[in-house]
Amino acid sequence: MAQRIDVKDVNIYYGDFRAVEGVSMTVDPKSVTAFIGPSGCGKSTFLRTLNRMHEVIPGAYVEGKVELEGVDLYGVDVDPVAVRRNIGMVFQRPNPFPTMSIKDNVLAGVKLNNRKISKSDAEDLVESSLRGANLWNEVKDRLDRPGSGLSGGQQQRLCIARAIAVKPQVVLMDEPCSALDPISTLAIEDLIQELKKDYTIVIVTHNMQQAARVSDRTAFFNIAGTGKPGRLIEMNDTATIFSSPAEKATEDYVSGRFG
Amino acid sequence: MSADTSTLDATERTRALLTTAEPRRRRTDRIMAALIWFAFLLAMVPLVSLLWTVLFNGAGRVTIDFLSYSMRGIFGGDPGGGIYHAVMGTLIITGCATLISVPIGILVAIYLVEYGRGPLARAVTFFVDVMTGIPSIVAGLFAVSLFTIFFGAGARFGIIGAVALSVLMIPVVVRSCEEMLKLVPNELREASYALGVPKWLTIIRVVLRTAVAGLTTSVLLAIARVIGETAPLLVAVGVTDSINFDPSEGRMMTLPVFIYRQYSQGLATCREGQANCVADIAIQNAWGAALTLIVIVMLLNVAGRLVNRWFAPKTR
Repeated sequence: MAQRIDVKDVNIYYGDFRAVEGVSMTVDPKSVTAFIGPSGCGKSTFLRTLNRMHEVIPGAYVEGKVELEGVDLYGVDVDPVAVRRNIGMVFQRPNPFPTMSIKDNVLAGVKLNNRKISKSDAEDLVESSLRGANLWNEVKDRLDRPGSGLSGGQQQRLCIARAIAVKPQVVLMDEPCSALDPISTLAIEDLIQELKKDYTIVIVTHNMQQAARVSDRTAFFNIAGTGKPGRLIEMNDTATIFSSPAEKATEDYVSGRFG
Repeated sequence: MSADTSTLDATERTRALLTTAEPRRRRTDRIMAALIWFAFLLAMVPLVSLLWTVLFNGAGRVTIDFLSYSMRGIFGGDPGGGIYHAVMGTLIITGCATLISVPIGILVAIYLVEYGRGPLARAVTFFVDVMTGIPSIVAGLFAVSLFTIFFGAGARFGIIGAVALSVLMIPVVVRSCEEMLKLVPNELREASYALGVPKWLTIIRVVLRTAVAGLTTSVLLAIARVIGETAPLLVAVGVTDSINFDPSEGRMMTLPVFIYRQYSQGLATCREGQANCVADIAIQNAWGAALTLIVIVMLLNVAGRLVNRWFAPKTR
């Protein structure tokens, strides 16, 4: 199911401001790709262009091609809603729907789209998604309680369960652990290793140890200065990026001698 | 010995650091607190006095009979009759006004929050603000002249009053619903989009659902704003002493207009030895109707609170 993404010479804009320029990369299927780089270098912005979430912001648009298995996501006949159904996203801050129970949160992708689902199918989907997100054992006795009553780490895993319940092919994660404690972070990192068996995963992180631990390939983004666009400096196997990067800037960043 | 002394010194020094009272700040704090309490009490005086006066003057008149009879065939100082026709008129006309204003108001608020960009949205906001300032009698005259075009001069029926009230209600609903929709965190919209939910379903199933408690409050405040309107209903719906359930035909009585009419009637002249004559019955009727109107608004608020509690996001 997992699919590859080819990005060809993408420029990303917020109105007149060019936030990211000239990014080309390939994301391999069934692997974890990490984006690292200083704040404001455009890695989250770039991540959001991979499932057309970027254009939700008024005035924002993208130039260039983002191809999922050769199909340009920005082609004229492509439906952004369908793109997002196939490329799920987990956000920085856990954002379960406050009006829904744990179960309804997992089923949100189905229920919000007004799709009919039989009761037994719904129960199966809830269980498999929650098991997939390593949350089932903690919440199986309180599926009808509100999702916002869980701890931060549990909420984030609930959001992952919600994302994989719509059976996407790619899961994008935007700093999924930055609001979590180390134990919850570990739980999510373990989960990412599990998920990569079935999904293509792209993760943005500020934590270089995390990038080193979970990812197969790492892309380093940098920015020349305030107001300048962010660029992809280097992308390679994670081990190479962290041991012998080709660029000086990458080496400075991963060794903490940045700035 | 010396260690003890130094510990003691440190304690004393720390105490001096932490207990330094800035007399000026402390004084300002006291003065401001007193000022705020005084302002609060001052604001409460008219409210409490109003409630007390209405309760004191109206409670004696409000009986089951008073609530279940109309004023048909009641003249002079006759203590019979009641406000049933006015209660029903108020409920029907305000209900119709709500049915007209709430869909329009919420849809405009959705447009402004979710879609509106550029000059059109700015124009809508501007005109909504202008509408907020329309005097209610002007709204009434507008509705009358609008219906005069279709039904000729002299048309008086409930819907005209409902339209007049809608003109007053719509801007209130738009502005307060707009604020409520803005309170819905953007993250929830994004979470919904990221699940492949189209924008229109996101608005209906996530944004409106999350904001429903606030929207209910907004609508209730708007109803409370117009339920006591007198002038537009006087010109648009007229007065009657009889029960009329049909807002599309004939004049209707409403509570505010009833209060106005009874009060302006003043004292009745009772002849010597006349049975069943209370001189100030009209005044009593007015107070009774005023109390009933306040109770209706309060009941609406209680209902709104219950709806809020039912729909509010839960954390446990």
